[in-house]
Amino acid sequence: MNESILTLILLAPLAGAVLVALAPDRGKLSNWIALLTSLVSFGLTLHLPAHFILGQNGFQFEINYPWIENPAIFYHVGVDGLSLWLVVLTGLLAPVGVLASWNAITERRKIFFALFLVQQTAMFGVFVSLDLMLYYGFWELSLVPMAILIAMYGRKNGPRAAIRFFLFTFIPSAPLLVAILWLYARTGSSDFATLQILIAHGSFPAGPLCWAAFAFLFAFAVKVPIFPLHGWLADTFSEAPVALAMVVAGKLGLYSMLRFHVALFPVQARQAAPYLIAVAVVGVLYGACLALVQRDFWRLLAFAALSHLSLITLGIYGFTQTGSSGAVYQILSHGIIDGALFVLLGILYDRYASSQIASYGGLASSLPHTATLFVITALAMIGLPMLSGFVGEFLILSSTFTGVSRGWAIAASLGVILGAAYMLWLVQRLFYGPESTLATSKRAVDLQFRESALLWPLATLMLVMGVAPMLWLPSIETGVHPLQWKESPAYPHFALSPAAPNSSHGEGQR
Amino acid sequence: MNSVPDIFRVLPEVILTLTGVAVMLIDGSLPSGFPRRPLGWVAAVGTTLALWASLWQFSLPQGTGFYGTVETSAFTIFFHVLICGIVLVALLLSLDTLPEGSHHQGEFYALVAFGAVGMCLLSGAVELLLVFIALEISSISTYILAGYRKDTARGPEAAIKYFLLGSFATGFLLYGVALIFGATGTTQIYEIARLAPSADNHSFVLAGLGLMLVGILFKVSAAPFHIWTPDVYEGAPSPVVALLSTAPKAAAFALLLRVVYEMFPSLHGLWSPLLWIVAVLSMTVGNLAALRQENVKRMLAYSSIAHAGYLLAAFAGLGTSGIAAASFYTAAYAAMNVGVFAVITLVSGYDEELPLVGDFRGLIYRSPLLGSLLIFFLVSLVGIPFTGGFFGKFYAFSAAVGGGAVWLAIIGLLNSGLAAAYYLRLALAAAQRRAAKEGDAEVPTPQVGVAVGAALLLAVAATLVLGIAPGEVLRAAEAGAHTLQSPPALTAPTVVGVAMQQKP
Repeated sequence: MNESILTLILLAPLAGAVLVALAPDRGKLSNWIALLTSLVSFGLTLHLPAHFILGQNGFQFEINYPWIENPAIFYHVGVDGLSLWLVVLTGLLAPVGVLASWNAITERRKIFFALFLVQQTAMFGVFVSLDLMLYYGFWELSLVPMAILIAMYGRKNGPRAAIRFFLFTFIPSAPLLVAILWLYARTGSSDFATLQILIAHGSFPAGPLCWAAFAFLFAFAVKVPIFPLHGWLADTFSEAPVALAMVVAGKLGLYSMLRFHVALFPVQARQAAPYLIAVAVVGVLYGACLALVQRDFWRLLAFAALSHLSLITLGIYGFTQTGSSGAVYQILSHGIIDGALFVLLGILYDRYASSQIASYGGLASSLPHTATLFVITALAMIGLPMLSGFVGEFLILSSTFTGVSRGWAIAASLGVILGAAYMLWLVQRLFYGPESTLATSKRAVDLQFRESALLWPLATLMLVMGVAPMLWLPSIETGVHPLQWKESPAYPHFALSPAAPNSSHGEGQR
Repeated sequence: MNSVPDIFRVLPEVILTLTGVAVMLIDGSLPSGFPRRPLGWVAAVGTTLALWASLWQFSLPQGTGFYGTVETSAFTIFFHVLICGIVLVALLLSLDTLPEGSHHQGEFYALVAFGAVGMCLLSGAVELLLVFIALEISSISTYILAGYRKDTARGPEAAIKYFLLGSFATGFLLYGVALIFGATGTTQIYEIARLAPSADNHSFVLAGLGLMLVGILFKVSAAPFHIWTPDVYEGAPSPVVALLSTAPKAAAFALLLRVVYEMFPSLHGLWSPLLWIVAVLSMTVGNLAALRQENVKRMLAYSSIAHAGYLLAAFAGLGTSGIAAASFYTAAYAAMNVGVFAVITLVSGYDEELPLVGDFRGLIYRSPLLGSLLIFFLVSLVGIPFTGGFFGKFYAFSAAVGGGAVWLAIIGLLNSGLAAAYYLRLALAAAQRRAAKEGDAEVPTPQVGVAVGAALLLAVAATLVLGIAPGEVLRAAEAGAHTLQSPPALTAPTVVGVAMQQKP
């Protein structure tokens, strides 16, 4: 079971997609098949943490099987502490996405759910691939269903947003592919572990390697997105169906940064770090400021996401053990919170068909349960202690403060405070105050069973993640630990500088 | 080894010729008014037989026939199978879409079969005069096919344009052949390869190569010899374009590979930078022009120019890897392009009432099957992993990177990003809900018949197989590349059927 579990996880959604495609387009048959498939694949992902061996370095549940002879591409998959929970998160968000689209998708359900499940496979693939070419395959594959579904189900101008999204992510992946091909041409291998060792031992000329690292970073930075590459985000958030919008930003890019930039090119990543830290802090503040002035709640969510994702980037490129753990933890927490927020706003949009914040007001009286859940989620997003957002933010900011630079930490904290401002203001404008004409004219029902059934578990999870982070952190640290070969307790105030001595890097690695 | 009768060396061509003749004879003897559609099935069966015969040629020892003019090797078989496959799909596609009655269907099927003879012969010829004859056989058939919609203004225009420019191109080619013959005293490719480096009139050889390249690059519609492409594609019927944009190009690329890698490996330093420039020019010009097209067929015409550019990038690769990548790309491009034109034929109709990108809006709502297929083929043309288009580009650019042309790969991949914009415009238009406000008449939902269904199935299967399990095809392409890389040590035109030996 341990050997084939990752293959099963990859194949389950794909099989579901084929089943949906073959089944007749009658009633909600596609919905049920998709729900069942996504529950099964979620169940399969739970196998991973259950059988994960803590403290064991390297990859687990590994399969390495030749796929194509020439070029030598291997079907090499495996998870470590870094990807373990991301796979589970992806699995969890699948049934959430299906349930959130249950009534929202009325036309061509077959195509929607088939593509949704393909997207699911692609995301699993990104998290578990350990062969760069395989990884690239899944990375690109994840774009297609997303773009098509945004175009098909866009709220106003789907195709425009879809093209924008696609080109923004597809064009930077061209240099990424060239970089992968270059690595392959020089070594004859595209295996992650092999390349990691070869790069660490200096088998590549420094100049081109620097460019290769930059190509990797650039592709990931657009995908995250980090400031100033976020041009696609707001449009995509306001057009994409809820089930896809909640997975489009963040985790794929951030995970790739950790695995394929920081871990693969440690020296180059350290050289880039000071710039990335600066950009990240700017992103935190810029996103928060723009979120404050948005009139459309999808766009507000987009800039809020930019702010939060920038904070996670700060954690990654701080190069501290706690910072990286916090970053991974925050990816998980942000995935859940963002998912819940999208579902909640999707509920409002379904009921009132407006995303203008100004047209809402006083909904708490007619939709009390929705309001409660929204408040919980908003508080988790702000980073209230005891809720999931707090743990990651705290770890990132405190590690930045002690390990990187106090100035940047203070600036980033300012962004967090702004985050509280825009979220609470959003809650106030949507749910409290006098009832708007929209709220009085359309009498909407509160949460249905389906919606409660998907939101309460998410809310519970936010609470559990806030109270008991130790359920997650040890396994995350197993994955993050190998990245932090420079840091040790003896150097608590590791100074980041582009001219970090190279020789000691090599030593630490070995 | 000499025991292989010459006729076996050209068995697929013979079968195709007989098919064409049979179709014409039956067509002539049938009373007028009798449905001609079954003739298409005859042609399809003949093509299938030819395809099978090509595969059977694997059992022949590698070698030449007819006084060293025609070769059978892994390389020729690869292209024979590819061309017969394309022709088969194009025939199946025509079966359901050619309007019954008004057209000379019998001639159509016969011309397709004769064109296939020329293309097959072109990929197998190792003697320059035969190359010229084969090129003419294939070209003349395609000239006529391009103008098949005689009742429209665009049809004859396409045919005449194609014919005039095509004749010039073949003229260039022939002139090149003449110069090379003048310099080396032979038209046999292996002989030329042996004699050319030491030829007295080396400048003749260079000029000859240049002129031949012009002729061939015209046939593959590479920039700057691409001017004819959009007009011809727009004017020709869609099933013909499906054929035109793939099969003759495959044959022409086979010839190009033979000319540069087998005939003039010694001039690598000359043709390599030339093809580098043509590759970059083709991709860039093709993609930039395609961005602005509203007519789907014109858009795909420019896209095919760009694809010729990607394919030429493979020529920057070293020997075997370059040839294999180019051959593989030809196959991948053929699979997806035939597919996309099949869908377009069904949606636009033979008379093309719906030729614009905007007309495809909401296709997925009208016909989920065709909409999904269109998006699938376009996604493959963009070059997304797990489709044939990805591995085509992948091998082409990794060959280029392996050959040291990193910049070519970067330009190419950025170009494919550019190309994604217009492919997606069409794909996403198909995915978009159609605005009902226009109040236009109900657009008929295209029907998918048995023959077209089979054609689409073949195209989808080929695209998927090339994208998920490219190993077998790549191995075949590499085997072909090896035979091209290791010409026989000794062949004289007078020696019949010399078995070729591979270098260790």
